[in-house]
Amino acid sequence: MRALSRRAFLKTAGALVLGVHLPARGQAGRGEINAWVMVLPNEQVIIRYARSEMGQGSMTAAAQLVAEELECDWRRVRVDYADSNEQLRRKRVWGSMASAGSRTIRDSHQVLRAAGASARETLVAAAAQGWGVAPAECRAANGVITHAASERRITYGRVAAAAGKLEAPKQLALKPQADWKVAGKPLARVDIPDIVTGRTRYGVDTQLPNMVYAAIAQCPIPGGRVRSVDEAPARGRRGVLRVLAMGEYVAVVADNWWRAAQALLALKIEWDGGANASLSSDAVKRELAQAFEPDTAASVTKSEGEVEKALTQAVRVIEAEYALPFLAHATLEPPSCTAVVKGGQVDVWTSTQDAEATHAAAAAAAGVAPENVYVHRTQAGGGFGRRLAQDYTTQGVAIAKALNGVPVNLIWTRDEDLQHDQYRPASLARLKAGLDEAGNPVALQCRVAAPALKDVDATAALADQPYSIANLRIEHAVRSSAVPVGYWRGAAHSQNPFVRECFIDELAHAAKRDPLDYRLALLPEKSKERAVLEAAAKAIGWRTPWPQGLHRGIAVTEVRGSYTAAVAELALSGKKIELKRLVIALDPGRVINPDNVVAQVQGGAAFALSALLWGEITFKDGRVEQSSFGDYRVLTLAEMPPVEVLVVPSGGFWGGVGEAGGAAVAPAVANALFVASGERIRSLPLKKAGFDLS
Amino acid sequence: MIRFAVNAKPREVDVEPEMPLLWVLRDELDVKGPKYGCGVGQCGACTVLVDGEPVRSCVLAVSKVAGRRVVTIEGLAQGERLHPVQQAWIDQQVPQCGYCQGGQILAAVALLRKHPSPSDRQIDEAMTNLCRCGTYARVRSAIQAAARKKA
Repeated sequence: MRALSRRAFLKTAGALVLGVHLPARGQAGRGEINAWVMVLPNEQVIIRYARSEMGQGSMTAAAQLVAEELECDWRRVRVDYADSNEQLRRKRVWGSMASAGSRTIRDSHQVLRAAGASARETLVAAAAQGWGVAPAECRAANGVITHAASERRITYGRVAAAAGKLEAPKQLALKPQADWKVAGKPLARVDIPDIVTGRTRYGVDTQLPNMVYAAIAQCPIPGGRVRSVDEAPARGRRGVLRVLAMGEYVAVVADNWWRAAQALLALKIEWDGGANASLSSDAVKRELAQAFEPDTAASVTKSEGEVEKALTQAVRVIEAEYALPFLAHATLEPPSCTAVVKGGQVDVWTSTQDAEATHAAAAAAAGVAPENVYVHRTQAGGGFGRRLAQDYTTQGVAIAKALNGVPVNLIWTRDEDLQHDQYRPASLARLKAGLDEAGNPVALQCRVAAPALKDVDATAALADQPYSIANLRIEHAVRSSAVPVGYWRGAAHSQNPFVRECFIDELAHAAKRDPLDYRLALLPEKSKERAVLEAAAKAIGWRTPWPQGLHRGIAVTEVRGSYTAAVAELALSGKKIELKRLVIALDPGRVINPDNVVAQVQGGAAFALSALLWGEITFKDGRVEQSSFGDYRVLTLAEMPPVEVLVVPSGGFWGGVGEAGGAAVAPAVANALFVASGERIRSLPLKKAGFDLS
Repeated sequence: MIRFAVNAKPREVDVEPEMPLLWVLRDELDVKGPKYGCGVGQCGACTVLVDGEPVRSCVLAVSKVAGRRVVTIEGLAQGERLHPVQQAWIDQQVPQCGYCQGGQILAAVALLRKHPSPSDRQIDEAMTNLCRCGTYARVRSAIQAAARKKA
């Protein structure tokens, strides 16, 4: 909320009025009304988008919010990325450029709406000035300003130049949601026409005159380096230009990427594995398990009541340990960066989730001032958190620097991607619950062993669990390993809802109670979790007799300010699972684009199922064992179960959408699997227990 | 010289015969619609049509397409007139990140040529392209919608 902290909010008569600190005026001459809105003489409206588009649809949703207040013609809207160099020169006028933590809309809805409203008021003021009337007598709709009394009208395009010279209004009233005409509607995404015609250029598709290509091999052991490389096998190969030993990696530069990659395979590279040459999954697991030895330090993230005492007095104590593996992002567009370093200037083309971080990384790698860096933004071929890391930008720029002004397109192979990711951390959680005579939990104790990640609460969904449990102690024991870790769609919410909702299920079964009723009985009357649970349960017919041979599981959680519940229905034959149906309910508070919300839930379910069934990165002798979609399996179309999405917005808040939809899926399926098999899965993926899809 | 047609234009390239078609298209001819996703024919992001058949261009030596017609996602529309499958993809708002979708659309075009009203099973068998964003439900519904329109 950095961008908003500077703003004073006043509430009057139900409408929000802001003291807006948008730029006082636009850059006249370009048709700019303010930093977010340009109107060209041909009536085209350009809305600037500061964050990233990687398939989550926020580019369209953000533009809908601006357009709603702008009162422009949506068909004339084009969305352009805001430029990170201009951002620097204009004192971060666009605020954060990162798409992370489902925050694109959550953190910027106010400023986007205010930008639209401010531009509208400025355009109206310019028209009123031209007519010599009061702005209050004028109305704006569909890109046209009307003065009813004198029956005059003028289009935005014709007053844009004059508007660009005016001061922005100091106060603005934003529309109530009930009056929305553009926001809240299932409008087609602005980026899809170019995708289906093949016109979209992702970072990896950058083509520049005289461009060359680079393939790299990074030391397979984290922290290791190149000891030596014998270049002889690459010499004389067609198209090969350079072999570069770059410390942690070797790059081959050629006039065609395939030639570079082939030459790289032919090289003999000796690696110095360094300190982590014996890194293994077992060693990481031992490291995590040490968190549960006596006197191991842990930070308490939630403490209520007296857990020890309540556990002693409990009628029954249930204990469990849950283990979650490392996961790779496996964006379908591999890490890639195109760069030119020439004359003290750096130009970078790459798919990023944070243009400012990319900008900074490029400046650092080239050793030039940030003012001389230009990041040319593209659609990203998936992100899921991977593109917050700037490793491949740093490499691309470093290689470009070595090439003295020749543009170079670096592309990682899929093997490199799976083996050099910044992985979703592995974690281990131990839980202990005390039940009373009725089987209700009176105490919950949980310690999570996991690495520390900036801005991530490793005990999320546990420390802030929604159930009425009088005595709670939740702890995070920081356990790091040499494995590089990062942000993976949902971060700790890709892990802890599974832990919590499976464990609650264990308690329900221990109490011989229905898992839905058990949860509802523990949820406070006003908790948002109730409505999504009820919606999902109703849709699947939880309270009517279950079909013969089908088994169901349920789960609920909050994620990034939204609430989601899932019900899974499956049949089991031996170890073969047939997923018959998933019902997923989501309450994101407010909805900007309902169709895109459905898409995000459908996609989130697929992402979660891949991880649940097969997702696991393992280490042996310092190296990642997986190298392709053959051993890092992701769901196919034939394997995708029917998913019924219920969007049930309760209004009044702005929850995130990109990460919520999948969060309840894994525990719902695992809970159904328990009903079907009697086997409680506490360690993922399911394949380790011998389960697979039929 | 290896000669073949790309999107109805004759092209000739002087490259190693074993170079995969994908890299000839991308790096020699600046046809970037076919994508690199895995390099071993698993993901299908590199799918193109060769004489109407969907092939994974990352594992197809360019010498194998000599004298044949290659169609990439860029060549599917007739000028500004979209192919019905492309229109169905827009109508159903299929893509998320979109990286795999060129390949998905071409695989669907080939499926519908073979089976104008495909069954669910035929869709399952033909549509083996991976989509990491998980757009599968919409891929299926777009194929069904395109089939209905043609019928």
